[in-house]
Amino acid sequence: MTVREVQKILNATLLCGEDALDAQVRTSCGSDMMSDVLAFVKDQSVLLTGLLNSQVVRTAEMMDMVCIVFVRGKTPDQSVVDLAKARGIAVMATRYRMFTACGLLYEQGLKGGCESDGE
Amino acid sequence: MANDTIKLELEVPGDDFTRAGEASSTVKGMLKKLGFSPNVVRKVAIAMYEGEINMVIHGGGGQITVEISPESGVSMSLVDHGPGIPNIELAMQEGWSTAPDSVRNLGFGAGMGLPNMKKYSDEMEILSEVGVGTTVNMKVHLA
Ligand SMILES: Nc1ncnc2c1ncn2[C@@H]1O[C@H](COP(=O)(O)OP(=O)(O)OP(=O)(O)O)[C@@H](O)[C@H]1O
Ligand SMILES: [Mg+2]
Repeated sequence: MTVREVQKILNATLLCGEDALDAQVRTSCGSDMMSDVLAFVKDQSVLLTGLLNSQVVRTAEMMDMVCIVFVRGKTPDQSVVDLAKARGIAVMATRYRMFTACGLLYEQGLKGGCESDGE
Repeated sequence: MANDTIKLELEVPGDDFTRAGEASSTVKGMLKKLGFSPNVVRKVAIAMYEGEINMVIHGGGGQITVEISPESGVSMSLVDHGPGIPNIELAMQEGWSTAPDSVRNLGFGAGMGLPNMKKYSDEMEILSEVGVGTTVNMKVHLA
């Protein structure tokens, strides 16, 4: 699916990254621990998180992710959005909670991208 | 790609968590521009970022020296003058962390950073003395 479809499925507000809306995404991960994202993620391209600090963007940047979704209706400081914008990463905020947001995307075909999950 | 080795000296402020990762971001951007393969760029970015975060949350900041060679790869030396690591073998174990809850609330402190640096670098050495500081040297080879 595309980043635009992620936004639609999650009924999310786009905070930056219009240019990335047509990027294709196949896999995703959800976590509030950036340590785990750095250690376990392989080539997932969407990051769902409830954490709001600048290291979320840094982590996504280092992992070459294209889209960050903030869950539970939280929005980060503008400085965090600006950091993502400068790196061409799309940022959006959804009112859904983590479990529901992940479930909705999974249902529409986005995978975890983890072999041991038997997908 | 030019054949000369490029040397970078980067400052890592110890008192500003929001700026942690700036050095890694700079180096990542530079490697991309120089035309290094996506695999090499990613290995350096993740290994260095984990190390840079450690310098900020455990080591009170410091300096990173990076040497980029189009022939042999990327060497990084991360130096801080923080408390040091009393038991390096223990620190290298997955899940072992002394990070307080305040760090965990920021999304770090799972005890995965050092093992991850080992995984993404091709060579790694930790030199540390309690009360003096920590130096982590890493190298990522080409191809
Ligand atoms: N530069 C450093 N100075 C002092 N102690 C360090 C340094 N780097 C690592 N350590 C010690 O080694 C432990 C393990 O480090 P590691 O990076 O693996 O995990 P962490 O930083 O605690 O959590 P994570 O990296 O998963 O966010 C740390 O909790 C800390 O006690
Ligand atoms: Mg760490």
